[in-house]
Amino acid sequence: MADIERDEHSGTDTTGHEWDGIKELNTPLPKWWLWTFYATCIWALGYVILYPAIPLINSATTGVLGYSSRAEVAQELSEAAAEQSVYIDRIRTSSLEQIRSDQDLFTFAVAGGRSAFAVNCSQCHGSGAAGAAGYPNLNDDEWLWGGTLDDIHLTIAHGVRFDDDDETRYSEMPAFGRDEMLEKTEIADIAQHVLALSNQEHDGEAAGRGAIGYSDNCAACHGENGAGDQFQGAPALGDAIWFYGSDGASIRTQIANPKHGVMPAWAHRLDEATVKQLTVFVHSLGGGE
Amino acid sequence: MGTVAYFISLGLAALAAVVLAAKAHDGLFAAHAWIVIIACAIAIIWRARTVSFGGASTAGQEKYLDGVVRAGAIATIFWGLAGFLVGVVIAFQLAYPALNLDLPWTSFGRLRPLHTSAVVFAFGGNALLCTSFYVVQRTCQTRLALGNAAWFVFWGYQLFIVLAATGYLLGITQSKEYAEPEWYVDLWLTIVWVVYLLVFLGTLLKRKEPHIYVANWFFLSFIVTVAMLHVVNNLSVPVSFLGTKSYVLFAGVQDALTQWWYGHNAVGFFLTAGFLGIMYYFVPKRAGRPVYSYRLSIVHFWSLIFLYIWAGPHHLHYTALPDWAQTLGMVFSIMLWMPSWGGMINGLMTLSGAWDKLRTDPVLRMMVISVAFYGMSTFEGPVMSIKAVNSLSHYTDWTIGHVHSGALGWVGMVSFGAIYFLVPKLWNRTEMYSLRLVNWHFWLATLGIVLYASSMWVSGIMQGLMWRAYDALGFLEYSFAETVAAMHPFYVIRGLGGLLYLTGGLIMAYNMVRTIRGDDRADAPVGDAAPAQSAA
Repeated sequence: MADIERDEHSGTDTTGHEWDGIKELNTPLPKWWLWTFYATCIWALGYVILYPAIPLINSATTGVLGYSSRAEVAQELSEAAAEQSVYIDRIRTSSLEQIRSDQDLFTFAVAGGRSAFAVNCSQCHGSGAAGAAGYPNLNDDEWLWGGTLDDIHLTIAHGVRFDDDDETRYSEMPAFGRDEMLEKTEIADIAQHVLALSNQEHDGEAAGRGAIGYSDNCAACHGENGAGDQFQGAPALGDAIWFYGSDGASIRTQIANPKHGVMPAWAHRLDEATVKQLTVFVHSLGGGE
Repeated sequence: MGTVAYFISLGLAALAAVVLAAKAHDGLFAAHAWIVIIACAIAIIWRARTVSFGGASTAGQEKYLDGVVRAGAIATIFWGLAGFLVGVVIAFQLAYPALNLDLPWTSFGRLRPLHTSAVVFAFGGNALLCTSFYVVQRTCQTRLALGNAAWFVFWGYQLFIVLAATGYLLGITQSKEYAEPEWYVDLWLTIVWVVYLLVFLGTLLKRKEPHIYVANWFFLSFIVTVAMLHVVNNLSVPVSFLGTKSYVLFAGVQDALTQWWYGHNAVGFFLTAGFLGIMYYFVPKRAGRPVYSYRLSIVHFWSLIFLYIWAGPHHLHYTALPDWAQTLGMVFSIMLWMPSWGGMINGLMTLSGAWDKLRTDPVLRMMVISVAFYGMSTFEGPVMSIKAVNSLSHYTDWTIGHVHSGALGWVGMVSFGAIYFLVPKLWNRTEMYSLRLVNWHFWLATLGIVLYASSMWVSGIMQGLMWRAYDALGFLEYSFAETVAAMHPFYVIRGLGGLLYLTGGLIMAYNMVRTIRGDDRADAPVGDAAPAQSAA
């Protein structure tokens, strides 16, 4: 053990301890350090008096201010609801057409619809509502189930092929290949005909053979010229907009073993005012009829 | 332990593992049993090839047991590089999700705990094992207690790391952050940790110095508290003693509070108290100056360990946790500010009278910047615990940036400094192979941290502001996906910061290998044109 000695540089005594050559200075606690420490302790004491802090047997102290984080969030939510209630109440009681033609209501509904869309719909339809393979683009003029306000409202409220909703949109294309309704060659010919309908490169001879098969099996829903049928949710085939791919292989797959997407019925999750706002928003995107 | 006992105990352990592998209820448990069998086999074969039947192994015993410290230094760097590498991979996975490769073993969900455990427990844990074993022997002037028990601690800990890491990759987890390993790995770590405690305490008890040095207070508080945290947080009921799955004893908000009591104090006692122990030995040693204030070390030690243990609830602000617990978590965090800074003051002020050495000694510079990062993180932490700040920062990248300024800046840098100090001493060299390479490591790592922390600040605050943004009519402004897209450039910058840090680590490994081999690069002195009289 070393003796207490004076450190030349600082002029402070050492404690007289030494470990493996390490000594310690006997410097007092820095004043600013000590007072800041006290200040934080006093602040903590004050906070503990003002806010819920000390656990008791069945509850805890509530604090002088009577603060509660649950009460705070409830109040914030009710204030937010109150600020919107003028619009929300009118939206609830107005028809979709009335909302669309009233400038204030329309602005509010589009803003609310955009926000609800970002939270609930963008996962499938995309942030900009441009869709993706298997998920329709909502910005264009092509509608599977109709683009009027009432059509869009029905689709949002009750969904598509959503089993838990009795009013859901429902259609199902037969699996012509999987269920052995058509031969492989027939399917290939029909696919060539569909390519022809949409003005794509195709084998004229095969398309000619496929025209008969198309007429017998497909035209009832998709129309003789591939115009589609919104009443049955049958996509138009005569244009450049495709759901599951536009090339021959994709079309053959869809004829042989079709995919069927599902959209949830939002009336079960969102209130009517929000569904209406979503309707007006989607209708306003560019393709509304 | 005698050679015979060694072979018998390992043989029995291997036999038990064979039985467990054969009777296992799930393939994952069997896989882990096989890892134990292989570990036992390696240990037996290795010892059998080197065993001497002369029985004179204790004849030339050195004053200190330094072999385990050497092994610990190598393990620190090995696991450090592994942890940094996985960190860089997952950082780029967040920026470019295709890097998940669509394989379960390489998905972010499994690699993330691999990264956190590798850096905290494998890199940090080995740094603590090796430095605490070195420091306690030097400052007590005695050899480690309990013979070769320290070797059991070392290899037992490596087995824990391997079981934890392979478990993550295979999908074994109890889903508690920083405590993911399942019940049987937890039990093994408990055994290893208790032996660690006994070795450390035993060494303190047979010390030849009248007092216990401050570094050892911190090491001891780290070992004791981590034992308590580990046992309580991992209380669980195994579905079967022959399977991996278990159910945690606590549920709901009680589980959340226990978890963050553990999680926060893993930071407090593993990454703060333990590494303060490193700081308290290596900074005065390297600077050649006495510790600034003995009184400050006493007051800040006791206030730190008393206050830290209550601060965990600040991880659960604005949750189902009752308001009173949130309040206490916050006020204890605020009070923790000065006790934390006591360590910074003692670290930095110990340099008074030796500041000029910073210009020429990159090792000391590494230690000093670690203390500076420590001061920054321990100020930022209390700020983030304030509820109003937390309502913005919580769940955002700001938290990630905060953790990494502490982890890369404080824990990493002080460990590098200690290893750079230790390696020449442990292998009897005068200095590292190249101090200029240490300088490169210093600047690469510092730049990496700056990129990391600043990008996460910007990204985190932006993310928090986007989440809470409302338009004029009271509707949420952004979708979640839009906030993710906005963070992309910052994720790339963060990944680059990590890459710089990893590069620094590789340079360190190279420097270390050359030093151990006995090479000297004979660099020109760092800090160019050193005054002539300093050489005199």
